[in-house]
Amino acid sequence: MNLSRPLGLIAALLALTTLYALPTFAPRAMVQDLFGILTLLVLAMNWNMLAGFAGLVSVGQQAFVGIGAYAMFAAVILMGLDPLVGVLIGGLAAAAFAVPMAFFAFRLNGAYFAIGTWVVADIARLAISQWKALGGGTGTSLPKGTAKDMAFVGPIKEALGVSTAAAADALTFWLMLTLAVAMLATSYVFLRSRMGLGLQAIRDNENAARSVGVDPLRIKAAVFVLAGFVTGLCGALAFIQITRVTPDAAFSVIDWTAFVIFITVIGGIGTLPGPIVGVIVFYALQRLLADYGTVYLIVLGCLGIAVMLFARRGLWGLFTDRSGIDPFPLTHRPPTSLALRHGDLK
Amino acid sequence: MIWIDTLAQGLLLGGLYALFAAGLSLVFGIMRLVNLAHGDLIILGAYLILTIAHATGLHPFVAVLLAAPLMFGLGWALQTFLLNRVLGNDILPPLLVTFGLSVVIQNGLLSAFTADSQKLTAGAIEAQSMDLGIVTLGVMPVLTFASAVAVVFALNQLFYRTALGRAFRATSDDAVTAQLMGIHPQRVFAMATGIAMVVATIAALYLGTRANFDPSIGPARLLYAFEAVIIGGLGSLWGTLAGGVVIGLAQAIGASVNPEWQILSGHLAFVLVLLIRPRGLFPRAND
Repeated sequence: MNLSRPLGLIAALLALTTLYALPTFAPRAMVQDLFGILTLLVLAMNWNMLAGFAGLVSVGQQAFVGIGAYAMFAAVILMGLDPLVGVLIGGLAAAAFAVPMAFFAFRLNGAYFAIGTWVVADIARLAISQWKALGGGTGTSLPKGTAKDMAFVGPIKEALGVSTAAAADALTFWLMLTLAVAMLATSYVFLRSRMGLGLQAIRDNENAARSVGVDPLRIKAAVFVLAGFVTGLCGALAFIQITRVTPDAAFSVIDWTAFVIFITVIGGIGTLPGPIVGVIVFYALQRLLADYGTVYLIVLGCLGIAVMLFARRGLWGLFTDRSGIDPFPLTHRPPTSLALRHGDLK
Repeated sequence: MIWIDTLAQGLLLGGLYALFAAGLSLVFGIMRLVNLAHGDLIILGAYLILTIAHATGLHPFVAVLLAAPLMFGLGWALQTFLLNRVLGNDILPPLLVTFGLSVVIQNGLLSAFTADSQKLTAGAIEAQSMDLGIVTLGVMPVLTFASAVAVVFALNQLFYRTALGRAFRATSDDAVTAQLMGIHPQRVFAMATGIAMVVATIAALYLGTRANFDPSIGPARLLYAFEAVIIGGLGSLWGTLAGGVVIGLAQAIGASVNPEWQILSGHLAFVLVLLIRPRGLFPRAND
């Protein structure tokens, strides 16, 4: 029996409880910082599903963040809905956009898929810059008092005894944390399921996967649209906290895709904990090099290149290879001969 | 008559995009490598010409002769020491390495040259034009287009008339068999990337003399170049020129309706072509 799994589970539960309790005792700046980290984590987990497991190297994730954010702003400003409803609309709008995007980008195989998605994201940015009701190219802000009127903010404010702004921060933080946990749990269950196994089989050898009855197009399209949905939710939620949206900020390839790619690659692409490790390294680097301007982007780029050259499964891959410990195994144990004899695998 | 003018300007703009794309097309044709840093390397070339022109007082058209061998060396070194190590069946490593390179070059340029806009000054030629009766064309755009045609012609000659070109084609068709014939694929790749960087330097010359540039505009050039390659069809250099012209025309027509629509119409033309002809206008390669 392997002891590392229950121990890892207990450590994870402890960390999670601390994180959920954070807004009750930590200063607001820390909650906001962690919110930013969690945003990147959710984005990285989604990109990891696409690039690391489905073999879809998208450089167009900013399309979903931007569309999610703009749909949320439209819901609040044009329809007068609650921002939280807006977040859901944002996710749905991003998923709806992912369908034609997949139809188009899936025609481009391999490496060209990457630039194809980038082009589509640029189309989305330019098209939304024409949306005059939401400020066109200069963008717009959430109306004053939006945070105060948001559902659950009042009760949180009273329970914690903090300002409205801090209560809104706590709420968005909890939602983002929940999204991250849900994403992690769903990924784990999905990847160990029949469909997830098929997905990894496609990544490793598409022809072999086809020959045993896996339909690559269907699974890839499903993953692409689902990742679009979650990325849209995440983008909309992030922009509730930012409160101001412009096409350049919402569709920024650096903020929403480049960082996310480096985080995943450094942490370990194609591994579940990779994005978590990567986001911690990213945050540490950002803190360490904060005074040197663009240097940290250069360091990040060089680190990404170094990982691809010397350790393709990233830091987490190095760790599991060296230590032999893997708390989140995605491999299936081969069936025992007993199970075969009983006909369990018919 | 304004329409003829718009079409002529679009055609000439297409020449610039074809120059952006020719290097990308060459590298992809030979080693199936998509270089996400191609746009940033063009901008790097523009800064190199600028630095040489400033330091020596040379005209940009002369400075480019000094910049081109340096860029060739850079391309050769990049391929030999970095990209050759990640080429293989897995498309992920080369993509991520060139993406990392793109971010490194962009921010390196930003710290070295700041975000200020720069321009290569070519003197009186910038403002000269020629009157053809129906339309009046700028000398610089005509020169750009002529250079694009010359570059594509020269690359085709290289490809089909020289020993190096034969090595290019052989490696592209079957690297393993080419190796049996005494060709070193890795050296061939390094030459190809070096030549692609020379073409990128020529593109940088026209980019820098026609308009302002700053460290952040590389990725947009990559997108135009990529669209031209795909529209033209993979593996065809004349197709790449045609693809550049399609993007140039679409942008000029879009801009004549509403200046804000310039880039958007180029992208939409790309999507449209791809929906109608998934393999581009003149496909040659089979993948």
